[in-house]
Amino acid sequence: MLDSKIPAGKLEDKWTDYKGHCKLVNPANKRKLEIIVVGTGLAGASAAASLGELGYRVKAFCFQDSPRRAHSIAAQGGINAAKNYQNDGDSVFRLFYDTIKGGDYRSREANVHRLAEVSVNIIDQCVAQGVPFAREYGGLLNNRSFGGTQVKRTFYAAGQTGQQLLIGAYQALERQVALGSVQMFSRHEMLDVVMIDGKARGIIARDLISGKVERHFGHAVLLCTGGYGNVFYLSTNAMGSNVTAAWKAHKRGAYFGNPCFTQIHPTCIPVTGDHQSKLTLMSESLRNDGRIWVPKKQNDPRKANDIPEDERDYYLERRYPAFGNLVPRDVASRAAKERCDAGYGVGTTKQAVYLDFRYNLINKYGRAEASKHGIENPDQETLVRLGKEVVKEEYGNLFDMYEKITGENPYEVPMRIYPAVHYTMGGLWVDYELMTNIPGLYALGEANFSDHGANRLGASALMQGLADGYFVIPYTIGNYLADEIATKPIPITHEAFEKAEAGVTERINKLMNIKGSQSVESFHKRLGKIMWEKCGMARNAKGLTEAIGEIQQLKKEFWSDVRIPGGIEEMNTELDKAGRVADFMELGELMCKDALERNESCGGHFREESQTEEGEALRNDDQYMYVAAWESKGDSNWQLHKEELKYDMIKPTQRNYK
Amino acid sequence: MEHYSMNLTLKVWKQKNATAEGNFETYQVKDISSEMSFLEMFDVLNEQLIHEGKDPIAFDHDCREGICGMCSMYINGRPHGPWHGTTTCQLHMRAFKDGDTIVVEPWRANAFPVVKDLVVDRSAFDRVIQSGGYISVNTGVSVDGNTIPIERENADKAFAAAACIGCGACVAACKNSSAMLFVSAKVSHLALLPQGDVERKNRVLNMVAQADKEGFGSCTFTEACEAVCPKEISITNISRLNSEYLKAGLSADKAH
Ligand SMILES: Cc1cc2nc3c(=O)[nH]c(=O)nc-3n(C[C@H](O)[C@H](O)[C@H](O)COP(=O)(O)OP(=O)(O)OC[C@H]3O[C@@H](n4cnc5c(N)ncnc54)[C@H](O)[C@@H]3O)c2cc1C
Ligand code: SF4
Ligand code: FES
Repeated sequence: MLDSKIPAGKLEDKWTDYKGHCKLVNPANKRKLEIIVVGTGLAGASAAASLGELGYRVKAFCFQDSPRRAHSIAAQGGINAAKNYQNDGDSVFRLFYDTIKGGDYRSREANVHRLAEVSVNIIDQCVAQGVPFAREYGGLLNNRSFGGTQVKRTFYAAGQTGQQLLIGAYQALERQVALGSVQMFSRHEMLDVVMIDGKARGIIARDLISGKVERHFGHAVLLCTGGYGNVFYLSTNAMGSNVTAAWKAHKRGAYFGNPCFTQIHPTCIPVTGDHQSKLTLMSESLRNDGRIWVPKKQNDPRKANDIPEDERDYYLERRYPAFGNLVPRDVASRAAKERCDAGYGVGTTKQAVYLDFRYNLINKYGRAEASKHGIENPDQETLVRLGKEVVKEEYGNLFDMYEKITGENPYEVPMRIYPAVHYTMGGLWVDYELMTNIPGLYALGEANFSDHGANRLGASALMQGLADGYFVIPYTIGNYLADEIATKPIPITHEAFEKAEAGVTERINKLMNIKGSQSVESFHKRLGKIMWEKCGMARNAKGLTEAIGEIQQLKKEFWSDVRIPGGIEEMNTELDKAGRVADFMELGELMCKDALERNESCGGHFREESQTEEGEALRNDDQYMYVAAWESKGDSNWQLHKEELKYDMIKPTQRNYK
Repeated sequence: MEHYSMNLTLKVWKQKNATAEGNFETYQVKDISSEMSFLEMFDVLNEQLIHEGKDPIAFDHDCREGICGMCSMYINGRPHGPWHGTTTCQLHMRAFKDGDTIVVEPWRANAFPVVKDLVVDRSAFDRVIQSGGYISVNTGVSVDGNTIPIERENADKAFAAAACIGCGACVAACKNSSAMLFVSAKVSHLALLPQGDVERKNRVLNMVAQADKEGFGSCTFTEACEAVCPKEISITNISRLNSEYLKAGLSADKAH
């Protein structure tokens, strides 16, 4: 049975009560307890640093050459917190409510409420660490607005919020390394969880420089290994982001929660050709000033600036007059796809729409500046010049990035954008304490499924990662470890370690011995194509069933024909990639299975069979108000467990943005 | 933007591991689109090598968005290549033309030993941060974020310094292999904020001492670092570091 261990009592008192009553470990005993933290992004670095400060002995792992380079570094827009510094009516309840609603009523009330509660502490903590958040002229912290909310609660550092938060956590982590409480293993990849008597007791990891396989003991293991968007090959994730750590845990018995819940972000730089290795996000904040449109005529060959105003279709403003360009991500993405599929797409590939700043640059900013400078009847040229300066201040780094990639100047011509895979709401199933169903094995950050339901709101992933690492796990892990103080470190000569290592080595040998003819990359691309076409923005039973067959076929081909050059006991990036792609294939199959099983549309999961007459997502609360937690039962075989979701505080309704 | 296709000759540093001797290998790549990124061109080359049964070229990369600091190629005599304020991963092939020869090497510095091909070991930077590049505050004991207002100008300057991605291009560009731009960026970031004030003296002394210990050279102010820094970290940070260092040296009775 799945026990989410949600504390009894009133929603707003649960976390306080929990903290007041959970078991504690005294300082002398903490020094005897070892904790393994896999992953040092926002979730992992904050957890490792905090646990080190508490006195535990921590071993932290990451596959990059430094913890400072985790994928979290790339987050652009900001981090939410219910500080209400703007005095615009924000509160813990509002942040909680927005998150539940944004997630289309598929997340747990108790977890989300706790997240909203600790959000305020995160900002204080980061400021104390020296995170240089944007400030107003009076010296106080500034905020911006993000989608899905009506208050300004997003804290930011230009378009580099993730970088600044991660550097803060990284520095806290390095301080613990200097103090000796954390031991850091960079360029290491975890390849299995070691289980002894039903509990997680360590990991097997490979040193990516020497290629040697190592054993590491821990009284508990934390997986903070990020999301799995790269199962689609093309995504906004960093190249190395992968599912391997979570997948190995899944194979050892940890349930995988809502695997099909994927977020497709509406504003990314479109694919230009087969050579493309990744997609680049253009932050959600751009939709505040950019208007999205396509030509009214199908296959219009004209350049954007040659198309007159009345021949443009501002389709979001047309379809959703109340929210316009600021509808949530899932809605905006589907609308773009609909237009392109209907033949209105732009650019050489016709798989793009325009994001146009011209109107606001001239009419909003240009006119405001002209009026500020007392210029009467400004001509077009003056308006453009003045408007440009403001837009540059707001979005300069994003515009520069766009120009570097496309060679086009977005101040002059509209950006071309298209939806791309961005984030995975699904992940390892965890209870209220962030523990998976395996005792002693925890999952934090994007690697777990916990807080965002079927759709994550912008600026909430950074908040969740840091909440988990700084403020939740330091309490909840004590509740488990308090009963482990008598457990002596288990020697890594224990047969469970030996067996797990042998399994890892065997798989590596197997991969190397295939000596086939096709590269790892080519398999990854093919997997991505299947996933994108059949388990992407729109899904249906026929496509998903086909996809499962195609993936099984691809998997067979991979295991008989992949070519991995080089050797085992050396740096071998192809071998690293091969292991990850092999896991992605298994995950891809499960995602399709989960999407097939959930015959309703909710948030980012759109089943074509379940839509309203206007083509909007149609939930089915009677049948699908649950978390799908999948248990691995061997090759291509899973059992579904359901965690019913109960809403005590909020009454689920159909989302409406018209 | 007109796109074009090009054929190129690449001379790339190959080195099996840290102890092996390295050498340049010459490769030809065909039909490279001007729309590709520099690393995507390397992807094409590597796919070609794998197909031919050869070893692909190892290089570091991750975000491919110019923010993680992982990519690190020395291209035609310049860290991160010809574009100003740009990382290797953000460099695009329209910077080159048909028939060009491109020479690619790893960062060269004693403190950054080569691991394989174009991959170097930059853990020295982590150890420099360990020596003092932080504010000593434990989780959960902080006051409200708005308790201490910070002058906008200082906040902006601190942010500009904190934008360093730790890539090491500054070291690679410097004839002394000095890490001063990197160190000064961190010292400045923290010294400009009231929260960083308490530890500022020990911080600058310890970080400079650690950089010396790691084998980075001393700074003779050639400004080569600033010219190649992809995040355009200003050399004025080095001036600030120098004055912090002097002040700390004059008043400090301890440095460890
Ligand atoms: C372009 C972009 C912009 C974004 N912008 C925002 C934003 O503005 N606001 C917001 O809230 N969210 C944003 N997000 C989402 C957010 O950045 C991520 O969800 C979040 O940073 C994930 O943090 P994490 O700590 O869970 O994982 P990550 O940062 O992905 O870290 C994973 C860690 O695990 C390690 N690892 C993985 N597997 C292994 C293994 N097998 N062995 C050893 N180590 C391993 C890695 O080395 C790394 O250290 C953005 C995402 C993208 C892609
Ligand atoms: S100062 Fe510039 S060049 Fe040096 S490590 Fe930082 S970002 Fe790279
Ligand atoms: S790959 Fe991240 S900065 Fe270039």
